[in-house]
Amino acid sequence: MRARTEMDRRSFIELVGGGILVVVALGPEALAQPPRSGYPTDLNAYLRIGEDGRVTVFSSKIEMGQGVMTSLAQMLAEELGVALESIDMVLGDTERCPWDEGTWGSLSTRFFGPALRAAGAAARAVLLRLASERLGVASERLTAAHGVISAGDGRQVTYGQLARGQAITRTLDRKAVLRSVSEFALMGQSPPRLDARDKVTGRAKYAGDIHPPGLLHARLVRPPAHGAKLSKADTSAAALLPGVTVVNEGDLVAVLHPDPEAAEAALERVVAEWTPAPPGADQEGIFDELLAKASAPEVAESKGSLDGVAGARRFAHTYQRGYVAHAPIEPHAATVTFEDGRLTVWASTQTPFPLRDRLASLLGLDPSRVRVITPYVGGGFGGKSVNPQAEEAARLARIIGRPVQVAYTRAEEFFHDALDPAGVVKIASALGEDGRIVSWDYDVYFAGDRAAELFYDVPHARRRFFRGRSASGSVHRFAVGPWRAPGASLNVWARESQIDVMAAATRMDPLEFRLRNTTDARMRRCLQEAARRFGWTPAAGPSGRGWGIACGVDSGTYAALMAAVTVDRERGTVKVERVVCAQDMGVVVNPTGAAMQVEGSITMGLGYTFSEELRFRGGEIVTDGFDSYEIPRFSVVPRAIETVLVRNDELPPQGGGEPAIVPVGGVMANAVFDATGVRLFRLPMTPARLRAALAGAGER
Amino acid sequence: MKRAVRFRVNGRPVSLDTDAQRTLLWVLRGDLELTGTKYGCGAGLCGSCTVVVDGRALRSCQATLGDVEGKDVLTVEGLANGSALHPLQQAFIDHGALQCGYCTPGMLMNAYALLDEAQHPSRARIAEAMEDNLCRCGAHQRILAAIEAVAREGGGR
Ligand code: FES
Ligand code: FES
Repeated sequence: MRARTEMDRRSFIELVGGGILVVVALGPEALAQPPRSGYPTDLNAYLRIGEDGRVTVFSSKIEMGQGVMTSLAQMLAEELGVALESIDMVLGDTERCPWDEGTWGSLSTRFFGPALRAAGAAARAVLLRLASERLGVASERLTAAHGVISAGDGRQVTYGQLARGQAITRTLDRKAVLRSVSEFALMGQSPPRLDARDKVTGRAKYAGDIHPPGLLHARLVRPPAHGAKLSKADTSAAALLPGVTVVNEGDLVAVLHPDPEAAEAALERVVAEWTPAPPGADQEGIFDELLAKASAPEVAESKGSLDGVAGARRFAHTYQRGYVAHAPIEPHAATVTFEDGRLTVWASTQTPFPLRDRLASLLGLDPSRVRVITPYVGGGFGGKSVNPQAEEAARLARIIGRPVQVAYTRAEEFFHDALDPAGVVKIASALGEDGRIVSWDYDVYFAGDRAAELFYDVPHARRRFFRGRSASGSVHRFAVGPWRAPGASLNVWARESQIDVMAAATRMDPLEFRLRNTTDARMRRCLQEAARRFGWTPAAGPSGRGWGIACGVDSGTYAALMAAVTVDRERGTVKVERVVCAQDMGVVVNPTGAAMQVEGSITMGLGYTFSEELRFRGGEIVTDGFDSYEIPRFSVVPRAIETVLVRNDELPPQGGGEPAIVPVGGVMANAVFDATGVRLFRLPMTPARLRAALAGAGER
Repeated sequence: MKRAVRFRVNGRPVSLDTDAQRTLLWVLRGDLELTGTKYGCGAGLCGSCTVVVDGRALRSCQATLGDVEGKDVLTVEGLANGSALHPLQQAFIDHGALQCGYCTPGMLMNAYALLDEAQHPSRARIAEAMEDNLCRCGAHQRILAAIEAVAREGGGR
C-alpha cells in the first residue's frame, strides 16, 4: 500500500511539473477514499509555485457564490507572503485536483482553511531556506512579502526565481506555525472577489454554458407524480421531426436536438402512459401522515428527571414546517461528452468526486475514465449535492455517442429537488417562579438534531429525534436532502418561539429572559452586541413595537438576531423593517464576505419564514414555478440588514454560510407576536394563516 | 420557416438564416454563443434572461427572434467597452453585489435599461424596477446600493 502511494506521488509530481509543490493532508478522515483517482490519496489539495512566480491552488472545493475562491486564496496569500493577484484557483476538477468529499456544511473555512494556511506557511519556509542558500544570509534575517524575499541590504530574490529548476515537494501536517492575527496583512481584509470580473462580464461559465461541438440538448419524459411508473412510451411522432434523436430505453425516454426549443417541441409529441401514483396527503395533511410513520426515538441528550418538578408552570406546543425547495436561480445542469471510453462531465455540483464515482459505477467505468469539471455553480444551498441530471446526461451520451446536455427546466427543478424535509417539533417545558427554565422535553421529527442543543441552563432536559428513514426506506414521498444548515432552522424557530412563550407568560423582557437563562459567554456577548446595535430597550411581549429576538449556534458560529417588523392586520402581511445580526465566527477572514453571507442567509430565511412551502397532492408536485413558489424579492428584503462581527480572535475561523439563516424563523415569529400578540405554530407564516390567526384572536 | 433575420447584437450586425419564431434566449445562447444571458425560469418570472432592446429591458425567454428584427440588442457581453467596464459593472464589483453570479447579467441589463430611462432614480424607484429580477443568494441590498451609486453619478450610459 505504501509503495503504491509513493509510486503515485512520483508520477503525480512529474505530472504537475517543476517548481515548488506543497501537498496538504487532512489526516485519516480524508483517506476514506480508495486510491483510484490516479493521484496520491493522502492529500486533499496542493499548491504549486511556478517558475513564473504564480501560485496555483488545486482543490476540489467549489465556488457556488459563498466566496471560497476568494477567502481560501486570501488565507494562502497571507501565509505564503504573496499578493492575492498572483494566486490562481483551480477548483472542483477531478482530474486536476485531489479527492475531496464536497463543499457543504460550512466546512471549507473551518477544516480546509487551516490546512491550506499550513501549506502556505510550509512553502514560505522552503522559499526562505532556498533564499538563504542563494544569498548567503541566515533565513531569520530575511523578510518575505509580495512574492519577494529581501535580505535587508538591497539584495532580493523572487519566489519565481527560487522555484526555477526546482522539483521540491513538501507534505505537511497541521502543525505548521501560522501567522497570528496581529501579523495579518490580507486576512481580515475585504479585497474584491476573485470571481467578480468574470461574473459581471458574462464570461463566467456555468454547466449549461458549456457547448462542445455536436452538442445535443436533451429533454426527458417525466412522471406526472412521484411514485408513478412508466408503462409505455410512444416516441414515433417525435422521431419524425427533423434533427431529432430519440432514446427510448426502459425508464430513460428522451428526445434530443441541437436546439433546446426543438427538443422541447419534440417532447410534446411523446405519448407516455403511467400507472398512477398511490394517493397521499397534501401539504396540510402531511404532518399526520408523517407522524404515523415515525421511527422509534433516539435520545440525543438526557439529564435530570422530567417529572417531579414541583411548582413550575408548564408549556407544551407543537411546531410544524412543510417542505422547502432550494430554488437556486441556476437549475441543475450537466454537459457530458463520451469519447474513447472516457466520460467528461461539466456539472453544477457541490460534490464533484462523489459524482465521479457514482457515474463510474453507473456506467461500469473505472473512475479514472471519468472526469467531473465544476464550472461556476449558480447557487447550491445543499441542493446540488444531488445530481441526477448528470446521471441522465451521462447515460444518454453513451447511448448516442454524442455530447449531451441535460438542463432542468424550472418545473423539473422543483419536481426533482432533494427538498428540505417537512418536520415537526414538540416541546414541553416548565418554568420556575424565578423566571428560570427548569425542564425541557424536546422531540424533533424528521429534521434531525442540528442546532437543537441547548445553550440555556436547564437542569432537567431530554432531547430526542425521530428519523425520517427506517428499514423500509424514507417516510417522505419525495427526494429530501441537505438544505442550508439542514434541520437547524426548524429546531431554532421552535426553540426560540418556546423561549418567548415563556418570557411573555412571566411578563419578562425576552432579552432579559434569555440572559437570565444562559451563562454561555459567547451567546451572552452576541445578544448584548446585537442589543447595542439594535438599540433594544426592555419591554415584555407583546409590546406592540414589533420587535423580536432569536439566537442560535451552528457550524461553530454563534448568531443573535434582532428584528423590527410592521404587520398589516387586514392583509396579514409582514414588512420587515430592519434586522441586526451579531455573529461570533472566530477569526474573520473576509469581513465583507462574511457580511454578504449573513445578508444572504437572512434574506433566504425570510422565504421559509413567510412564503416558501412546496404544494403537492400525494406524489404530484403542484409547485412548478416562481409564481407558485415565492422566494424573497426586492420588496421583501428589509431596508437594512446590519451585521456586527463580534470579535473573537482566540478562535480559528468558523462557518459563515449558514449560521445566520438558522434564527430567522424564530426572530420573525417573535417579532410578529410582539406586534400582534398572535403566535403561529406553523411555518411559513403566510398572509392567509396570519389573517386567520388574527381573526381567531379577535374573537376570543 | 427559415428566412434571413437581421438585427444588431452588441453593436455588430447579425444575419441569421433561421425561423423567426424561435425564442431569442436560445438564439443568443446557442447560435450566437452569448451564454452570459441565462435561463432561470423560461416564464418571464425571474429576469435572469434580461437583455436590452432599443434601450428597453426585455425578457429574452419571452421574445421571439422576429421581435428584435431590425433592432439593437445589448447583452451583458456588450456592456464593457473593451477592457473598460461599464460603471454598473464596476459598481457591482465595488459593492459586492453578486455571489453566485447567475442572476447578475439579468440584474445588470435591467438596471442599465432603468438608468437609460430615468435620470436619477430614487432607491424606491430602483427597487420597484428591479422587483421582478430574482436573486436566491440574497445580494439585494448590495445590488440596490450599486445601482444607486451609479444613478447618483448619472453614469448609466
Ligand atoms: S428565464 Fe426569462 S424571466 Fe426567467
Ligand atoms: S447572486 Fe446568486 S442568484 Fe443572485
